[in-house]
Amino acid sequence: MRRAGTLVIGALVGLLALWLLWVLRDALVPTPRLAELALRELSNTGVSNPVTGVLLAYRAYDTLLELAVLLAALLGIWSLGAASPGFQPAGTVLRGMVKLVVPLLILTGGYLLWVGGHAPGGAFQAGALLGAAGVVLRLAGDARAGLPPVPVQRRLVVAGAGVFVLVGLATMAFGTGFLSYPHAWSKWLILTIETAATLAIGVTLAAAYVGGQPQPPSDTDGPS
Amino acid sequence: MTADVLMLLFDLVLLATLLGLAVAALTSPDVRRAVMFFIAFGLWLALVWARLRAPDVALAEAAIGAGLGGALMLAAARRAARRSAVDGQADPDEEGS
Repeated sequence: MRRAGTLVIGALVGLLALWLLWVLRDALVPTPRLAELALRELSNTGVSNPVTGVLLAYRAYDTLLELAVLLAALLGIWSLGAASPGFQPAGTVLRGMVKLVVPLLILTGGYLLWVGGHAPGGAFQAGALLGAAGVVLRLAGDARAGLPPVPVQRRLVVAGAGVFVLVGLATMAFGTGFLSYPHAWSKWLILTIETAATLAIGVTLAAAYVGGQPQPPSDTDGPS
Repeated sequence: MTADVLMLLFDLVLLATLLGLAVAALTSPDVRRAVMFFIAFGLWLALVWARLRAPDVALAEAAIGAGLGGALMLAAARRAARRSAVDGQADPDEEGS
């Protein structure tokens, strides 16, 4: 009985795939697409990496919503209850490696953030590296994964979507419309948004790895 | 000409391995092993993105999909194993995993 159900589901998924292929068959024929127009207008966005141009200028709204999704995910994780106390302190060799790797991860994250303007890189990759630094610290025995105190964490986590919305509102006040940057300031506005997004993504991912409500600041383990 | 054929062969090996890793991750009975396969799948998928000349996506896939996603899933698997060990105290298998 269960096997028959599995077969029916498999057949339905196969039919769905065939139908999607049939619907999307036009996309397989090479026709003039938006890519050429996007590349031609790229110099107006202030960045020369087409991917960053699409993510932060043409489709900035999508990226804003992605940051909101990350924020919502972390709120869900924080509402699950207290975080587990973490791992025992690392031995000498692991501690030595952590001392080498964490600064390197932060440095590489900063480089990826800056280089995203004109070569592969950007806020999500840089934020992932910062988050990875937090994961490494947590694995080496730091219960808080190297994150700042809870009130600062909250502000940093909101900063990504917050700065994005503030920039959008400011461009609206200037009369260019939500998130359509004035030409002269475009590069710096994009860099501001990306910096805030990088910090927010890094803190969000590291806090997600801690996996629960952060310990209250009245903790007895003192400042780290 | 031979370069094209070689690249096609390389792509075919790349795709076959990717599918193999996906099936292995989905059918593995042990959760930890499935996560390991998933991490390998993510790293392999980063290679495929690089081959498709999408280095941005390759970077994001390797860092987020394989790295942080894998770390989160390993932590979740550990927590689930601990919870089922607490639920079924008499179950001796859980200790060895």
